[in-house]
Order: sequence, then C-alpha cells, then structure tokens
Amino acid sequence: MAKRIDVEHLDVYYGDFLAVHDVTMTVPARSVTALIGPSGCGKSTVLRSLNRMHEVTRGGRVEGSIRLDGVDLYAPDMDPVLVRRMVGMVFQRPNPFPTMSIYDNVAAGLRLNGVKDKATLDGVVEQSLKGANLWTEVKDRLRKPGAGLSGGQQQRLCIARAIAVQPQVLLMDEPCSALDPISTLAIEDLITELKAAYTIVIVTHNMQQAARVSDQTAFFNLAATGKPGELIEVGPTSTIFSNPGVKATEDYIEGRFG
Amino acid sequence: MSVSTTSRVVVTFPDRTRARTQRDRAARVSMALAFVVAVIPLAWILVTVTTQGAQLLFSSTWWVNSQRGINSTMVGGGARHAINGTLIQAGVTALIAVPIGVLTAVYLVEFGRGRLARAVSFMVDILTGVPSIVAALFVYAVWVGTFGFQRVGFAVCLALVLLMIPVVVRTTEEMLKLVPNELREASLALGVPRWTTIVRVVLPTALSGIVTGVLLGLARVMGETAPLLILGPYTKNLATDLFSGLMPTLPTMINQDRSELGQAAAVERMWATALTLIVLVLVLNLAGRLVARLGSVSR
Amino acid sequence: MTTSTPSMAARSAAAPAPAPPRTEQRSTGRLGDLIFAGAARGSGVLVIALVTLIGVFLVAQAIPALLKDQASFLTSREWTVAGDAPRFGIAELAWTTVSASIIAMAIAVPVGVAVALFITTYAPTWLRGPAATMIDMLAAVPSIVYGLWAVLSFRSVVRPVEDLIQQRLGGIPLFAPTGVSGGTIFFIGVVLSIMVLPIVTALSREVFAQTPTSHREAALALGATTWEMVRTAVLPFGRPGVISAAMLALGRALGETIAVTFIVSSLAPGTPWSWSLFNGGETFASRIANNAGEFDSAQKTGAFIAAGLVLFVLTFLVNAVARIVIQRRAAFSE
Repeated sequence: MAKRIDVEHLDVYYGDFLAVHDVTMTVPARSVTALIGPSGCGKSTVLRSLNRMHEVTRGGRVEGSIRLDGVDLYAPDMDPVLVRRMVGMVFQRPNPFPTMSIYDNVAAGLRLNGVKDKATLDGVVEQSLKGANLWTEVKDRLRKPGAGLSGGQQQRLCIARAIAVQPQVLLMDEPCSALDPISTLAIEDLITELKAAYTIVIVTHNMQQAARVSDQTAFFNLAATGKPGELIEVGPTSTIFSNPGVKATEDYIEGRFG
Repeated sequence: MSVSTTSRVVVTFPDRTRARTQRDRAARVSMALAFVVAVIPLAWILVTVTTQGAQLLFSSTWWVNSQRGINSTMVGGGARHAINGTLIQAGVTALIAVPIGVLTAVYLVEFGRGRLARAVSFMVDILTGVPSIVAALFVYAVWVGTFGFQRVGFAVCLALVLLMIPVVVRTTEEMLKLVPNELREASLALGVPRWTTIVRVVLPTALSGIVTGVLLGLARVMGETAPLLILGPYTKNLATDLFSGLMPTLPTMINQDRSELGQAAAVERMWATALTLIVLVLVLNLAGRLVARLGSVSR
Repeated sequence: MTTSTPSMAARSAAAPAPAPPRTEQRSTGRLGDLIFAGAARGSGVLVIALVTLIGVFLVAQAIPALLKDQASFLTSREWTVAGDAPRFGIAELAWTTVSASIIAMAIAVPVGVAVALFITTYAPTWLRGPAATMIDMLAAVPSIVYGLWAVLSFRSVVRPVEDLIQQRLGGIPLFAPTGVSGGTIFFIGVVLSIMVLPIVTALSREVFAQTPTSHREAALALGATTWEMVRTAVLPFGRPGVISAAMLALGRALGETIAVTFIVSSLAPGTPWSWSLFNGGETFASRIANNAGEFDSAQKTGAFIAAGLVLFVLTFLVNAVARIVIQRRAAFSE
C-alpha cells in the first residue's frame, strides 16, 4: 500500500510570500526520509504541502507538482480531503481529541469516512494500536479519555489514529520534540517498524534521530533571512552524514549553525 | 511485531465522497444564511428608525426644547429634557458603579483567594443575570417600601448601578488578568508597596480596557427602561434635580407616546426619540471599541 | 485615606523635605496596603451583600401580600390585587414567560451557533471583523427600540406566518387558532430570539475561536471536510461554552421587560385556558412593568414583588447552572 512521492520544481507561497523555492526530490516507497535544516528553512512547509495541510493556513498555495505513484495531488479535480486520507500526518505536539476516548480517537478517521460496522472498527482499532505499540498499555482502558495518557503514549495514540485510515504515506512533523528521551526511543523504534508498510517522511531537529531512523536525508537551508528556503541536497543518510556534497550541510550536521 | 505480517483487517471505505462534499457544502451555505438572517433585523431596525425619525432630529427645536406644552397630536417639540435626564442619570450611575466595580475586580484578581473570592465571583455572575425589572423592584422595596421616600431620579440611578456593576467588574477583571505578572514583580522588587503597584502600574496598564468596559456598561444602562417605569415617572418638563420631583429620560419619553399609536405625530416622535437614543448608545459603543483598539495597539 | 499615602505626602511637600525615616515609610506602605486591600475586599463583600439583599427585601415585602392571598399563588391564573380578599397567582405569567423563552431559545441557539461558526470558521477573513461587529451592534440596540420596531414594523410580517401555522397545524393544541391579533406568545418568542441571539453568538464565538489549531488540524489531516472538522473538533470543544451561552441568553429572555411590555396583549380576566402558542398573555416582567402605576399600597406592591421574586429565583437558577457548566469546562481544560 505504500507509494512513492515525486516532488518537482515545488514553490510554496503564503499569500505573496515565497516560503520555499524550487524543490525537486523523490521519496521512495517503504522508506524513511528525514527533512533537516535550521529553523525557518521551509522543511515543515514542504512536509505540510505533501498532504495539502498548508492550505489550512491563510493564503497557502503551491506551484510545481507533487505526485503520489504518478497521481498529481494538486490536479484541479483532486479533493484535498481525499489527499489527506491517503497521506496521514502526526504533529509536533500530541493532539488527541480531548473529548473522545482512546477508542474513539483511533476510530475517528474511519467514522468520518463512513465506516460504521462495529466489528471492522474493533478490528482496526486493535490493529492500529498494536501497530503503534500501544495496545498492551491501553487495552484495558479503551473507553477512558485519550488526554489521560502520558505525552509519549498520546503521541503513539496519534500515530495509531493516523494509520487507522490506512494511508499510503505517513508524515511526521518533529514527532518527538515534545517528548522525553524514553518516549522518543519508543517512537523511533516504531518508525523503524512502520516503514515496512508505509512511506514515511519525518521533519526533525535532532541530527542523531535523523541518522538513526532515516534511509534518506534532505537538507534545507536559507540563503539569507527573508529569502525563501531551498533544498540544498538530498541523498542516502549515510552519505549525507559521512560525506556531504555541500559545505553548508557539513557545517549544519556538525552543529556549526542552526 | 511487524504490521505487515499479522493478519490484517481489510477496510473497504464506502465511496461516499459525493455525499460528504454535498453535506459540507450544505453546512457552508446554512452558516452564511444564518448570518444573513441574523443581520436582517439590525438593518431593518436601523433603516426604519432612521427614515421615520431622522427628520425631527434636524428640526431647530429637537436638541434645545422640552416637550412642555406639546400634546400627542402636535408634531415635534424637543427632547432636551429627556437627553439631559438620560445623561445625568447615566453619569451619576457611572460615578457610583465604576469605583465599586473596579475595586471588586481588583479584589478578585489581585487579592482574592479561597471561598470569599469564589463567592464574590459567583455573585457577580448572578448579578449579571438579574433582570432589570427585578433590580428595579428591589430598589423600590428599599427606597419606597422601607424608607418611604419618593420615586426620584436617584432611585433610578441605584437600580442602574446594580446593572452596571457586573459589566464593569467582568471587563476590568479580564483586563487585569492580561497585565503580565512580570510587571507586578518588577514593581514589588523595587520596594514599592503592593497597593501603589496596583494603582500606579497595574491599573494604568489596563486602563484602556477598563474605559471600554465603562463605556459599554454605560451604553447598556442608558437603554434600560424597566427601572425607569418603576422608579422614574416621566415629565414633559426640564428637570435636573436627582433628589426631588420627576425626571424625564429618552426611554420614558418613548413610552409616553406608546398609548398614542394612532397619532402620526406621536409615532414620529417615538421614532425620533428612539433614533436619538440609538445614536447616543452607538456613539458610546463605538467610543468604547475605539479606546479598546487604540489601547491594544500601544500594548 | 489618601493623605496617609507616601506619594501624596511627597507631592504635597513643596520644599525639599527630609526623607521620612525608612521604618515609617514601610509602615505607611503597609497601612496603604491594608486600606486598599480592605476597600477592594469591601467592594467584593458589598456585591455579595447586594445580591443577598435583593432576595431578602423581595421576600420580606412579598410575604405579607402572599399571606393575604385567597388564591393559590403558584397555580392560580387570577390577578386581583386590591381589596380585602386579593386573589392572585402566577400560573399564566409563568406559562407565557417560559414558553415564549423556550421558543426564543429554539430559534436563537441554532442560528446563533451557526452565526458564530460562520464568523470563526467559514467567513472570508476580511468579513470576520465586520460581521462580528454587526452582531455586537444587534446587542447594543436598546430593548425599547426592539419593542417599538416589533409593534410597528415586524408584527405585520410575522402575522401571516402565524395564520399559516394555525391553518395547517391548528389541530395540535399548541397551535390552536385563538383569534388573538396582537402580541401572541409565539411573536414574543420570535422577538426575544432576535434580542438574545447576540449573546449566544458572542460567547460561542469566543469558545470556538479558542479551539486549539492542533485539534482542527488533527481532524483535517484525517481527511475530514470542513463540516466534519467542525463536528469532530470545534463543536465538542465548544459545547460547554455553548450551553452556558444558551443559559445566559435564557436568563435574559426570561427577564426581558420593555420590549415584551410593548407587544403583549393581556388576556381579559376569565378567558378560558388554552395551550396555544398563539394565545395572548403577560410575562412576569410585563405584568409588573405595565402596572407600575398601581404601586400605591403595600399589599398591591407586595403582590407584584412576589411575582418579581419568582422571576428572580428563575433567573438565579438558570444563571447558576450556566456558571457551573463554565466551571466544569475550566476544570476539564486544565
């Protein structure tokens, strides 16, 4: 079910402001791609353009193309609602729906998409929670509010919620930045397991994390403040970290700026 | 455990995209429609009041004369007496209500802890909900029923005070909460006593918000009619004494002509008085918003 | 009180006065603190006292009249307050007040919530500010102006609607034709709904706007349409706020006086009872306001104060519930 993503000459605007300029890259299916770079370099913007979430921000639009196994996500007749079902997303801060139970949180996306059958829902909820390595911790309190879980558990709940709609791609926007080291480790293990079934794109500020979990790394940077963000280079993680082609990449990875 | 190896539940999503899109569109249209429906009365009222009443406002006597010697069949006359009464009563009401309201808000934000503060906060909410007619009956029960005084302008003010206090408390409270704690601590760390800190640092920072609250409270109070019916009978003459005799106001002036709906002159006068009242209230309202906006820019 | 403060003392000392000893300054600071805190606390206590006194005075002046009442106060529809054997009860007032307010809620809550959603979620950005201001202006129009407009302009529009409902649904007791042409309960309800709508909208708007962006985005990222996002993220988050807004609006509708006084048509004594919403009848507030000229004896006044007391208790309960709902929400979101 995982699919590859082809990004070609992508420009992202917010109103008249060009946030990201001319990004071209390919994300292979069943792999983890990390987007790294200093704050404001546009990596989150690129991530959000992959499921058209940037359109939620006022004036957000793109030029260029993004294709999912050849299907243009920005074709005129393409419904952003459908795009977001194919491309799931996990956010920086865990954001379970506070008024819903653990079970209802995971089932939320299915119910929205018209799945009503109790047996199917039960099955998918269990499978998704297992997939998010959360099942054993919550199986006895599925009817309790999701907000009662710890931060790390909440984030895994959000991952379960995202994979419950069986997307082809999973986007993660700094999923561990609000978590403690042990929870972070749990999420990283989970990412490694999930890539067997999903194409994963993750934004992270943590170099070690990028090195640990990703197969491919893309480095973004700004020419100067006020200039649009650009893709500097993209390649296998081992190459980018050991033998980068551009000086700026090396400086950033070694912590000289950003 | 790997996701791909365990036996998977296969979900087939019912293709209901069209139904969902249609429902989304229907919701969008309903919301916009609700807004239009809600705005119609406003436009209708403003247009009616203006077209029916504006003419009198431009007559030479409206802003200067009273209704002395004018009966229901005669056109025009003046509203000076009623404008005076409304402004005087509103002013005196504010003089009493603002200090009590601001101090109560200061208590709630700066001092209030525990049970007493919770009780005060609860009672402010209850006071917000007290119908104006009940406030009027209460003042009547005290002023006339218990002390045996006459119905005078000041009694009206007392009832209006009850209605204005909660507005002032709530807006002031909101504003005081917005004042950053660092400011208070900075002042206290300089050895400035707490009360001076509040008077010199906290209240001035929140001033524009407090002024907005006072203006909005005044606007509410000026349009109130129930206390006037119970406590402030109408007269056609100029009157400025709050403690003896009758005092006319704009709402009671409208009410006066209510029994004369058959008389074109009386009806026109009602619209004109209503327009005068709306203009006063809206001016205060806009002033309140303006102060709020100017204040928020400087913050 | 102010002369004891250090700042005033400093200002009034024109000549270079020697700085007051440190200990004294501290003690005046403390005195100022005491006085100021006392005044603030006193104002708070005054507010509590006022609300309590409202209850106490209304009860005290209602009791003598209630003791003389020859009819059952809660169930009688009579209203004869003069003479040696007064007979008065609130049944009709309570029915009119409550049923008109319920009609007002049935209209104002859904429309008000929809308007709030329009302003916070659906409207284009440029329209949001002006739209909110327009709804707020609706709240700024004095209620007497609503009364005037309702009688002279709005009535003629609602009348045909009432006739239509009576023709089509007249078989149902609630909609039975009555022949009342003036202010029916239904009409009062419609006018009240317009007056309380800004309250519903203003408060709902506030809570909807507070819905965390992360919740909205979580719903959208699952493939929700805007409407589904509203239903999964915005409405559940805002529900307690909407409930308390509705309660506050209900309190306002129950107690609205002058607009209702303008439009009610009071029923002649002895009119047979009807459940019809197209019947006339007075509310608590309009009965009191319409008879303010009759307050000439303690007994008569006491009867009206007794009616006012019931209204006070009603609004007190409604507002207390609203308050509790808000507090629950505060506890929940922490």
